[in-house]
Amino acid sequence: MIRREFLKTGGALIVGFSLGDKLAAQERGTKAGPPDARQVDTWLAIHADNTATVYIGFAELGQGASTALLQIAAEELDLDMSQIKTVRLDTNVTPNQGGTYSSASINRGGPQVRTAAAEARLALLKLASARLNTPQDQLTVSKGIVSGSGRSVTYGELVGDKPFNVTFTGNAPVKPTTAYKIVGTKFPRNDTPAKVSAQYTYMQYVRVPGMLHGRVVRPRGQRMYGAGAKIVSVDEASIRTIPGARVVRKGDFLGVVAENEWNAIRAAQQLKVVWETPPALPGNAGLFNHMRAAKTEDMVALERGNVTAGFTAAAHTVSQTCLGPYQAHAPFGPNCAVADVKADSALVMCSTQDVYGTRNSLSRLLGMPAEKIRVQYYEGSGTYGHSCYDDVAQAAVLLSQLAGKPVRLQFMRWDEHGWDNYGPGHLGEVRAAADANGKIIAYEYQGWQHGWINTETSAQLTGVPPSEWPGAGTGVQGVNRLTCGGMYEIPNLKLVNHKLPVTSYLKAGWLRSPLDLSFAFASEQAIDQLAYLTGTDPYEFRQRNMTDMRWLGVLNAAAQAAKWTPRKAAANFSRATVVTGRGIGVGTHLTSYGGAVAEIEVNKETGCVVAKHLYGAIDSGQVVNPGFVESQIMGQLVQTASRMFKEEVKFDQTGVTSLDWGSYPIMRFDECPEVTAVVVQRLDQRSTGAGEEVMAAAAAAIANAFFDATGVRMKEFPMTPSRVLAALGGGKAA
Amino acid sequence: MQIRVNERSWTVNSTPDTPLLYVLMNELQLQGPRFGCGLAQCGSCSVLVNGVETRSCVTAVSKVEGKSITTLEGLPAWYASQKKLAKAPALHPVQQAMIDEQAVQCGYCFNGMIIKSSELLSKTPRPTEAQIRTAMNGHLCRCGTYPRIMKAIQRASVAMAGGAA
Repeated sequence: MIRREFLKTGGALIVGFSLGDKLAAQERGTKAGPPDARQVDTWLAIHADNTATVYIGFAELGQGASTALLQIAAEELDLDMSQIKTVRLDTNVTPNQGGTYSSASINRGGPQVRTAAAEARLALLKLASARLNTPQDQLTVSKGIVSGSGRSVTYGELVGDKPFNVTFTGNAPVKPTTAYKIVGTKFPRNDTPAKVSAQYTYMQYVRVPGMLHGRVVRPRGQRMYGAGAKIVSVDEASIRTIPGARVVRKGDFLGVVAENEWNAIRAAQQLKVVWETPPALPGNAGLFNHMRAAKTEDMVALERGNVTAGFTAAAHTVSQTCLGPYQAHAPFGPNCAVADVKADSALVMCSTQDVYGTRNSLSRLLGMPAEKIRVQYYEGSGTYGHSCYDDVAQAAVLLSQLAGKPVRLQFMRWDEHGWDNYGPGHLGEVRAAADANGKIIAYEYQGWQHGWINTETSAQLTGVPPSEWPGAGTGVQGVNRLTCGGMYEIPNLKLVNHKLPVTSYLKAGWLRSPLDLSFAFASEQAIDQLAYLTGTDPYEFRQRNMTDMRWLGVLNAAAQAAKWTPRKAAANFSRATVVTGRGIGVGTHLTSYGGAVAEIEVNKETGCVVAKHLYGAIDSGQVVNPGFVESQIMGQLVQTASRMFKEEVKFDQTGVTSLDWGSYPIMRFDECPEVTAVVVQRLDQRSTGAGEEVMAAAAAAIANAFFDATGVRMKEFPMTPSRVLAALGGGKAA
Repeated sequence: MQIRVNERSWTVNSTPDTPLLYVLMNELQLQGPRFGCGLAQCGSCSVLVNGVETRSCVTAVSKVEGKSITTLEGLPAWYASQKKLAKAPALHPVQQAMIDEQAVQCGYCFNGMIIKSSELLSKTPRPTEAQIRTAMNGHLCRCGTYPRIMKAIQRASVAMAGGAA
C-alpha cells in the first residue's frame, strides 16, 4: 500500500521495493487466479534487462493472436517487438479475459491489453519523471529508454523485475492511431520458427513424471446426444495379455491406462465391450424431413415492415429451401490432455479455448473447488471452435482420478471425428422479392436447427444429464441477422427461428462461423436469383440494394480484386463438358464485413466441382497485423471450399460413421484454389473479428458461381459429384 | 533393438511391433513427428527412412532396423549431407521458406509438410506447380495453408539452386 501511494505521487525513491514485493514477483503462479484485472502487475512485468512480459488471457490457436496482442502492448509501451514476450495461459498466472472464441482475441482482448500497457507506461513515466527530474510531458520513449533533460533511463532500471503495485488510474492516455509504428504492420509471427524446427511444445508432447498413458473406450461414432453409450458388459480378461494395461470405469465412462502408450492403444482396441443398442437417429437420409416435421420452439428473431404486403406488391419473387450438413471441427491432431488429480488438488494441461471456463467445468466434474484446480494451456492443432478439447480434459481428469496417477490422454482419430461437437445441420426456407426497379422489397428467412450441447461426453457418461448451451435459438445459435439479409436495405423483413431439441440429434458446438455457411448458401442464392430475374449483374444488384459503406467496401474490394466485369449470371452458357462460372456473395458472423468472389469449374460428366480462384475481403476495423488477417482470409477461403465441396458428417440410425479422413474427406493440395486476400484497413474503427468473417460470403460466392456455370441452383451442400449430377439431371449437359 | 535416428544410434526398449512414431515421441522424446490419425492418411507423423518419406504411425520399429531415419530435428544435417556441405545450416531451406512465406498457422501438419517437400526437392529440384500438388497430395492441412506451402516450396527450390529466395 505504501509503495502504491509512492508511485502515485511520482516519488523518486526507486529502491524502495520491499522484500515482500520481490517475493510477490517470484510467487506469480503459486496462487489460484484470476488475478485482479485492475492491477498493472496482472498484465505486465518489466524485467531488469529492459524487456517486458505481457500476461494475456487469449490462447494462441494458430491465428497469430499471441503476436498481434504483443504488437498492441509494444506499441503503447514504445518497446521493440524483440523486447516483449508472453507466457502460456495458466489459471494461476494469466488474467481472465474470457474464452478465445467468436474471433474475440483482438476484438475484445485488444482494448484490454492496450489499456493495461497504457497504464503501465503511465506508471513508468511517473517514475522516470522523478528519476530524470523532468516533467512527464517532456519525456520521450524509444525501445523502453526514457529520455529527458539530456539524460535517459530504461524501463528495466526503473522497475526491473519488481512489481508495479499500481491500480489502473482509468485515465492513462493511449496513443493516437496516427502515431502507430507497430500496430498495422505485418510483423512476422513469433511462433513460426519453433513450429518449423521441432522446437515447439504442442500439447501432444507434454509429459509429466510418473504418468500413465490413457485411452477412452467408446463405441466408434457417437450416438444420439442424450442417449449416451450404455455399457452392457466389459470383459476385462480380453486385455489380460497386454502388459500393464488395466480398465478404469465410472458409470459408462470407460477407459484403459498403461505405462506404455502403444499398450494403452492396443488395450483400448482389444477390450471387449458390449454396448446397448441406442435409440434410432434419423440418419443422413431422413435428417431434413425429420427436422422439418419436428415440434419446434418458434421465435421471430427480427421483424420490420409488413412482409406479406411486400411480397404481394412484388414484381419478382424467389423462394428456395436449402440444406446444410453437420460438419466436423476435425482438428488435425486429435485433442490431448495431461491430468494429475490428487485428493485435494488437480493440475490439468490441455488445449482449451478458455482456461477459466474449463476449470469451472472440471470443478463440477471432480466435486473439487475451482481454486484447487490449475489449468494450463498448451497449443494443440487448430481447433476452429468447440472441438473435443474440453471432453479430452474431462476424460484425462477422470482417468487420473480413477487410476490414482497422472495420465496423458490423446484421443484416437475416431474419437475426435466420431465424438466431436459438430456444427449442426440446417434447413433454411428463404423467400425474397424485388420491385420492377430491382429494389429488394421483401425478405423472409425461416431456419431450423438445434443449439449446442453443454454437457461433454465424458461427464455425460459418468451420469451427468445432457444439457443445452444457454441461448439456443438466439444470437449465434439462431438465424443470423447480419448474414440473412442484414447487409441490404429491405423495408419488409422477417427472420424466424425454429429451435429443435438438442437431445435428439448429434452433439453440436460452435464450428468456425457457426451456421453462417448454411445461412449464406440459402440467403445469398435467393438474392442472386432476384438479380437474375431482374436481368441485372449480381454485383450491381447488390450495390443497388446497399447503403452501408462498410458492406459496400468489402463487396467492391472483392469485385475489384477479381476484376469483375458486369454481365447477367448464366449468360455465358456452354454445352462443353467442363464449364466455368463466377459468383459473388457477402456475409459475416457476428461482427466485421465479408465479401467474396468465386471462380469455379464444373465437370458436367463427373459432377466434380473445383474452385479455381477465390477472392475474399474483410473489413474488421483496425487491423493490428494485416499479414495475419490475410493469412486468416486464406485459411477461411480454403476451408470454405472444403466445406462446400466435401465435408459432411455421415451417420446412420445407430450413430456417426465419419471416423477419419477417408470417411470425412477434406480439401487437399490437388483441388486447392488459388486465393486472393484483401484486407480493408480502417485504423479509425474499433478492431473486430477476422478469424471467421469471410466464410459465409465465400460459401455464397461458390454457390452463385455454380449457377453462373450451369444455370442450376444447388439446394444442398456439400456439392459432391452425386449431388451435382442429380441437380444437373443425371449428368447430361445443360 | 538399435535404430539409427538423425545420424545417431539409439537403443530402444519398445516391442518390435510398436509403431516407430511412439518410439520417436516417447523413448527419444523428439518433437517433430506427431500423431494425427494413426492410419497413414494425414502425414503428420512423417519421417524420412533412407531418404524416403514414410508414415511412422504405421511402420513397426522392427522394420527400420539398420536403416537411416531422419526426423524434422535432423533435417538440416540430412540436407548438408545430401548437398555435401561442410556444415549443416540452422534450417533446411524448406524450413526457412516456410518462415519467409509465413505459411504456418497452427503448424501441426508442418512436420509432414516439411519432410515431404524436402523429399520432393531432393528428387525434383525444380518442381512445377502440378508436380508439387501431386507430390504433396497425401498430406492434409486443416487450417488451409496449402497456397503458402506451395509458394514456400518454390521459394526453397530457388534457394537450393543458389538463387535468391
